[in-house]
Amino acid sequence: MDLPVSTITLSAGLALLLIGMWGMLTQKNIIRMIIGFSLIDTGVHMIMVSIGYLSGGTAPIINAAVDRATALQTVVDPVPSALVLTAIVIGLGITAVMLAFAVQIHDKKKSLSIEDCTESKW
Amino acid sequence: MIKRLFIFLVLFLFAAMFYDLADNYQESTELSSLATRYVDKGPDELGAANLVTSVVVTYRGLDTLGEVTVLFLSAAVVGLLLGLMEKQAGNQSQKQDKTESSELVQTTVQYLLPIIFLLGAYIFLNGHLTPGGGFQGGAVIASGIVLLFLALPYARLRHALLSVLESLSGFAYVLVGIFGLVLAGGFLDNRFLPLGTYGELLSAGAIPLIYIFIGLKVGTELSVVLEHFKSDQQD
Repeated sequence: MDLPVSTITLSAGLALLLIGMWGMLTQKNIIRMIIGFSLIDTGVHMIMVSIGYLSGGTAPIINAAVDRATALQTVVDPVPSALVLTAIVIGLGITAVMLAFAVQIHDKKKSLSIEDCTESKW
Repeated sequence: MIKRLFIFLVLFLFAAMFYDLADNYQESTELSSLATRYVDKGPDELGAANLVTSVVVTYRGLDTLGEVTVLFLSAAVVGLLLGLMEKQAGNQSQKQDKTESSELVQTTVQYLLPIIFLLGAYIFLNGHLTPGGGFQGGAVIASGIVLLFLALPYARLRHALLSVLESLSGFAYVLVGIFGLVLAGGFLDNRFLPLGTYGELLSAGAIPLIYIFIGLKVGTELSVVLEHFKSDQQD
């Protein structure tokens, strides 16, 4: 069986997304939930990049290897790559904020378990 | 048990939602019309060899400004959350025994740190020619700061200097955008500076300028975030 590389990254991205979702729903430790979020984040990036892939395409950078005249046939779609670049930075920012909240919760409760945060439980 | 059932249901529905995408996925063989426009006209219009950079910095430059704003916001929230705690911890955290790393590590850091910063600057200066750019270069600079904290856990950054540098580069980024609005085609248009020779360091109009400001801003911002996480652990 001959699998194209983009199918592999797409399936791996989907698997990461589901693993991350499972981790966020089942884990009690706040740090592990944040790791679950990061996994979802990475999975979505992989899916986006593989959707922008072109059969046999190369990076959309014009240099000695990619001629300007034939660039239309040889490079992959630059738009998903740019979108993923933005998404990575925003994911980093959100992760930093979540970790800061985790530090605060640990400081107040001396515990990282979500079960100890009972204030807004219903 | 009912909770576990719900979790499985949610996961199953997610899998079902994306199954269609994975099952019907076909590698595309030609670019979409938007990408065709960018790849076809981009090098002539903007003079950037890295087409992702031309999309990120110019065609979708407003999104990048929003991205920088989000990063600034998250740095501010981290500073607010962890800065409060530092104040509460106060001066009582000064008395623990200082465990510094070995002299070997400290000396290595002294030699490596300038080289890491140089690499970061190289990455954001060449963002329009090679893979890389402001965000990546800034992240490399911040990784140098991590190394510094590993070797010297009690090192302190000069917050006043960093915040001045960060604010100035954020301000300059918007200013460059307004120059584009006044002197060229629109907000964040890079063509108010000469495009130069294609593929050289000083080309692509204002793109290197914008990436320098983004690189400085991201580097200082991430360094301050990292320091907040570090100094928190002293109590």
